[in-house]
Amino acid sequence: MQTTQNSNFSPEKALGYAKTKADWAGLRYSSETTTYRVVRNDKPEKNSSSLEEGVMAEVLVDGHFGYAATADLSEAGLQRAFDQAVATTKGLSRHKAFAFSAEQRPLAKGEYRSPRQKNLDSTSLAEITDCLLAASKSMKVSGLVVNRAASAVLVQTDIQLFSSSGSAVRQSFDLVHVSCAATAAEGAESQTRTWAPTGQWGGEIFNRVTFATESERTAKEALELLKAENCPTGTMDLILMPDQMMLQIHESIGHPLEIDRILGDERNYAGWSFVKADDFGKLQYGSKLMNVTFDPSFSGEFASYSFDDGGYKATKEFLIEHGRLQRGLGALESQKRSGLKGVANFRSSSWNRAPIDRMANINLEPGTDSLEEMISQVKKGVLMTTNRSWSIDDYRNKFQFGCEHGRLIENGKLGKTVRNPNYRGVTVPFWNALAAVGKRETVGTFGTPYCGKGEPNQIIRVGHSSPPCLFRGVEVFGGGA
Amino acid sequence: MNKFVGQAKQEFQSLCDALFQSLKSEEDLTVNLGAENSLFVRFNGNRVRQNTNVEQLNLSLKFQSAGRTVEKSRTLSGNLETDRNSLVQLLEACRAEAKTLPEDPNQVPMQNNGQSNEEFQGDLLGAEAAAEAVVRTAEGSDLAGLYASGPVIAANRNSKNQSHWFATESFFLDYSLYNGPKAAKGVYAGARWNPGDWKANLERTKQQLQLLGKPAQNVKPGKYKTYLAPKAFADLIGMMSWGALSGATWKQGRSPFKKLADGEAKLSPLFSVRENFGLGLTPRFNSLGEVAPSTISLIDRGELRELLVSSRTAKEFGLKANAAGEGEGARSLEVLPGTLDEKDVLKELGTGLYLSNLHYLNWSDPVTARITGMTRYACFWVEGGEIAGPIKDLRWDESLYDALGSKLMALTSQAEIDPAVGTYFARDLGGGKVPGALIDQFTFTL
Repeated sequence: MQTTQNSNFSPEKALGYAKTKADWAGLRYSSETTTYRVVRNDKPEKNSSSLEEGVMAEVLVDGHFGYAATADLSEAGLQRAFDQAVATTKGLSRHKAFAFSAEQRPLAKGEYRSPRQKNLDSTSLAEITDCLLAASKSMKVSGLVVNRAASAVLVQTDIQLFSSSGSAVRQSFDLVHVSCAATAAEGAESQTRTWAPTGQWGGEIFNRVTFATESERTAKEALELLKAENCPTGTMDLILMPDQMMLQIHESIGHPLEIDRILGDERNYAGWSFVKADDFGKLQYGSKLMNVTFDPSFSGEFASYSFDDGGYKATKEFLIEHGRLQRGLGALESQKRSGLKGVANFRSSSWNRAPIDRMANINLEPGTDSLEEMISQVKKGVLMTTNRSWSIDDYRNKFQFGCEHGRLIENGKLGKTVRNPNYRGVTVPFWNALAAVGKRETVGTFGTPYCGKGEPNQIIRVGHSSPPCLFRGVEVFGGGA
Repeated sequence: MNKFVGQAKQEFQSLCDALFQSLKSEEDLTVNLGAENSLFVRFNGNRVRQNTNVEQLNLSLKFQSAGRTVEKSRTLSGNLETDRNSLVQLLEACRAEAKTLPEDPNQVPMQNNGQSNEEFQGDLLGAEAAAEAVVRTAEGSDLAGLYASGPVIAANRNSKNQSHWFATESFFLDYSLYNGPKAAKGVYAGARWNPGDWKANLERTKQQLQLLGKPAQNVKPGKYKTYLAPKAFADLIGMMSWGALSGATWKQGRSPFKKLADGEAKLSPLFSVRENFGLGLTPRFNSLGEVAPSTISLIDRGELRELLVSSRTAKEFGLKANAAGEGEGARSLEVLPGTLDEKDVLKELGTGLYLSNLHYLNWSDPVTARITGMTRYACFWVEGGEIAGPIKDLRWDESLYDALGSKLMALTSQAEIDPAVGTYFARDLGGGKVPGALIDQFTFTL
């Protein structure tokens, strides 16, 4: 881990100063070290690391929360940040969208630490490069595999919250995002297959044998796709594997349930939502097999934590139960504005951004079927694996998603591989066509570091855990102009 | 010049001097600075939802020794002594790490690519004045959006005496107006806030919003003649920076423009696109300090002239580099205008769709350069050369080979600047200049 200037940091003094100027004050310290390792075609491509470190000074003035970010952690630097936050917030408070109070920043005390068996710190960079080289080499299964890339992103984050009401929270995260990708090409055709485990792990993830085995499978599947037929076009049944369910949950459940979107904050950028405030408790979002949770306590999932950035204690909550919409994704500010029940999801991407309502871990709870039982229920359909393409409208209704790999299903049996599998639909009818949900043993847990939202823009980490699921009567199609 | 810019310049030069003095004879170093002192004000319902001041300086080192390359970056505190100590430690960490790495055969050795120094001063409103200017002028409107302002800096030096400095003071208001679920979009950007210009900009958006009050039109999926207004066309063209124009992506077998690059396909002779740094939206130097030509013709009358090629890609694949950035995406893309006068657009469209904006584009089949996305904001059904009324948002799915090929009917003679308004990590520099496009048989699917 790169060294920080944290030893100079004295939040108590700064908050003592801020308390004389604001109705409430908070400080969020964030230090994040990110290490990138990329190997391509058995050669090192990129070796880099970054340290982002700073604080967000936050004040409540005349019922309005405002922010100022600085990387100067000295006493004078923190005072300057608070002075700036107070001056701007005071000046703008008469145009405030809503009158808040310190109730939206509860007293919080506690700690969180990612589960890991081996500190990322104690995993040598040579060890990681060795794993990536093994992956790159094992993808060399044919001359048609023209590009073999293996990368690892290691992140260590330390977030500390302090407030004038006595909050003191420290959360430390170890995160790993791996990607191994093989591209097979011949003539005008090209197919890429990836393996991308993502989670709150330590160095234990860097197992040379696993990297080599999974990467070889990836390359062989890319080759298989190169020779495969295009996915057929038509209305048919669809089984989505967990690494595509991740995206389906994210785009068509997570985003539309964000209360700040429902309240219109996001209208100019990511968009609004088809969900209305009075839909909660009433809307049959999906079939009765659909149970969806916000679960920050899921061990090892990418966006697990104990407190959000407003100091709100995070707990597992059902968002959708037996298909009925119950609860939105909004923290204390959104709950106060909307009168809706929410969750602890007031999150920021870094020290230099104010928190907003974000997804964290949004999971589809397991059902009762094995994958084989699901396949046996399909007369004509496609099983799709691993997201490749994603697009949905700004109200989160009309989506079109594509996957890397497809398998035909005919008369209850898995058939040949098809390439360029895509499908499209509309959110509520699609989820109401949910006909089977895999049992606990079939669950896969994935995540992404790249969920974009907010003005100014923020990228944040999310996790999604799900079993495979069967949907009836979906519009499926392949590639081609 | 702005006080922040002056202090940042002084610190950058001092830190670089200290770092270069610490180098051993066989070592080389490139240093990049990205910095901003920004005010962000977020609006919802024409009220202030959040305000954030952000002062940040980020310094990155690219260290080379014995055929190895290590890159490290960190946030600077702004305190020279603290930062100098941190960076000397960071340089030492680079040295140690380089020893653990295999040799990099595609390493691009550092050289002196010259010197440049550009500073653009603005006249920006303070926070209170900016909020007043937005809220008072838009009184009675449901406005949502983001105001961002302040200086942005990009600078580069290396141990071969190369030196570049670029600083600009600017602002943008990226906003939309709402009438219930219907919305129209506007962007007002520049270096000096002019109340008259802002009012005129807002009025244009209000007029579009008024058109959305016409009776809603039910348009079924199908193929329609379609006009993409400059912002919508800029969204479509922007996808070319997702790998299509990259030399590395082509050579790695993943380029949506593979057939174009291999000479097996052509686009319409009406379509020409180039990098044009003369637009003044972004510095010409990249993170290696290489200075791009003022213009680079990429596609000329439908035929590929050049892809964007970084020095590293050039070395690996034997291509000619053109000072592209590491990601080989466009930085200042200009689509050359055509001959269709803006006032004739509806007449030429006749019956079809007028789209002001697109949303959430992605490759749906990269091999055939097929893209899917949605319509967004002020989108209308046009009949007999007149706007009939707004449509319900439609999903579309179309290949660039078709939309920019045989289906491209005309480009407008007026092109609009599309300033970069991205703020991930920091405020973006750059943008583009794009005309409107009339396209036949554009495919709508849902």
